[in-house]
Amino acid sequence: MASRTEAVLARKGEIMKRALGMDYAQFERSPIAFDYEGMMAAHGFSLDDITRIQRAGGVGDTPLLELRNLTDLVRSYADPGMGARLFVKDEAANMAGSFKDRRASVSIHVAKAKGYLGVIAATSGNYGAAVSSQAARASLKCIICQEAFDSRHVGQPEIIEKSRICEAFGAEVVQMTVGPELFSHMLELLDETGYFAASLYSSFGISGIETLGAEIAREMTALTGAAPSAVVVTHAGGGNTTGTARGLKRAGATSTQVVSASVDLSGLHMASDSDFNRKSFTTGHTGFGVPFATWPDRADVPRNAARALRYMDRYLTVSQGEVFYVTEAMAKLEGLERGPSGNTAMAAAMSIARDMPRDATVVVQETEYTGAGKHHWAQLNFARENGVQVVAGDPSTNVPGKTIVIPQAPEQIRAKEMDLSKMRRSYVRNALQHAGEGYAPSADDIAFLAADTNTTPEAVEEIVAGLAAGA
Amino acid sequence: MADTVRCEAGDWVEVSYVLLEPADRSVNLPPETAAQQLIVWVKGFARDGADVGEELTVETMTGRSVTGVLTDVNPGYEHTFGRPTPELTHVGADLRARVAAYRVAADASAASPKAGE
Repeated sequence: MASRTEAVLARKGEIMKRALGMDYAQFERSPIAFDYEGMMAAHGFSLDDITRIQRAGGVGDTPLLELRNLTDLVRSYADPGMGARLFVKDEAANMAGSFKDRRASVSIHVAKAKGYLGVIAATSGNYGAAVSSQAARASLKCIICQEAFDSRHVGQPEIIEKSRICEAFGAEVVQMTVGPELFSHMLELLDETGYFAASLYSSFGISGIETLGAEIAREMTALTGAAPSAVVVTHAGGGNTTGTARGLKRAGATSTQVVSASVDLSGLHMASDSDFNRKSFTTGHTGFGVPFATWPDRADVPRNAARALRYMDRYLTVSQGEVFYVTEAMAKLEGLERGPSGNTAMAAAMSIARDMPRDATVVVQETEYTGAGKHHWAQLNFARENGVQVVAGDPSTNVPGKTIVIPQAPEQIRAKEMDLSKMRRSYVRNALQHAGEGYAPSADDIAFLAADTNTTPEAVEEIVAGLAAGA
Repeated sequence: MADTVRCEAGDWVEVSYVLLEPADRSVNLPPETAAQQLIVWVKGFARDGADVGEELTVETMTGRSVTGVLTDVNPGYEHTFGRPTPELTHVGADLRARVAAYRVAADASAASPKAGE
């Protein structure tokens, strides 16, 4: 007997086609390749159109702030002549408190224009607040499905706060215990209500983030005379990296290095009931960052518009303790009290700025709102209550789920470099597996894989040959 | 915990129901997750009066009818900031002193005859 979950998953294609108002089949070229740029352009909105949609929704045009005190702090321990200027795009200034408003705004605009009565999204993060807020402005109904509790009905303060804010904006919040069946239940609700799927991973969502990259390129050029040397992006499902990088390129910032950063949660299982409350970050971590970069088409849409490996020049990890330390430092040195998850990129930025010359510029492209629960103290108190040791020490000794090591000095903040060549190989292996056993990739497939992993066709050929040889 | 153990029709309440029994859960779950029911909590306006623990249908904010067991009446939130983290309380003073010392040294170096070398 097919289970309830299997039955609805079997209808995923049909349900999502109606709920997205778009047939993804038109973009498919083979079991591996598809027309990515065609899919991204299919909504027909220009960057200016999207900017207008966002301004009407109270989204975008956030302050770009230079962080002179943090810059001098880094220079105080950098080698002579080193220590890049640090900047931050204060995305907490958006309507619902994060860059996710950009992502939600286009989906909600499309849902309204196409006559849907409501929207649904599955998210325990800031995206829920963004969708709820934009839906309220558009007079649309809204359901947010959240993985909120472990089997003891205990939820992290950060997620509980997300439930609260969604309800504050008038959304129906469906709170669930741990498990990937969240997505099959979202499909059931889409089927029951006929609402629009405000997926994090549709082209609407990702196009909405492009304005962020474009604003950074334009504002940094006005402020410093050049596009930034590097933009650091907190990376989870890949949308933030993808949209920001595309926006930078569209605004002419083609030489800006795109650096993705995640909190290291290696060793914790994302579907584990007992690991659920041993994580002190609910997003921006490697538990999403690595699997989504190495296989983006695991998302709720047939083809994921967020394809981070296409765009990242570097991928760095930092520890939970480093991010909490930097969150405290930002408040005390810059007067910027912001939510901890959004500061993941800030910890990585302080690490790379130390190794860059003083005339270089590094932009952290987001902040997020803070408040009760969604705060480093609340998360650290919760960690302690759930058996995680919080200690001061060398953050390189941190063990995710067991300890949170808070640095004793800023020079201990050192991001770790992920090996992108390994991630490319992993992506190609996943693509070949999904294409089916015995499928021989065509020249078009190889070209697609090269573009999708930001490498050359020759490099992809080499990976394919290596995998065939069982290497 | 509910402050009130009974709701009347029209009250804002929370209900809970089992979406999936362990036997119906996805394959490939870690054992500690697979052994659990998948439980859902939803808030809405009570259709009838009920005691906590009794079955009740609510109308949610989107107008859906959802039936579950009454778990809370006028449900609220109690999450807080909590007490400061002792490992972080010194950070502000420490870093401000570092920045100030760095600037004094940088100014002194800029004012010295060697500046510009």
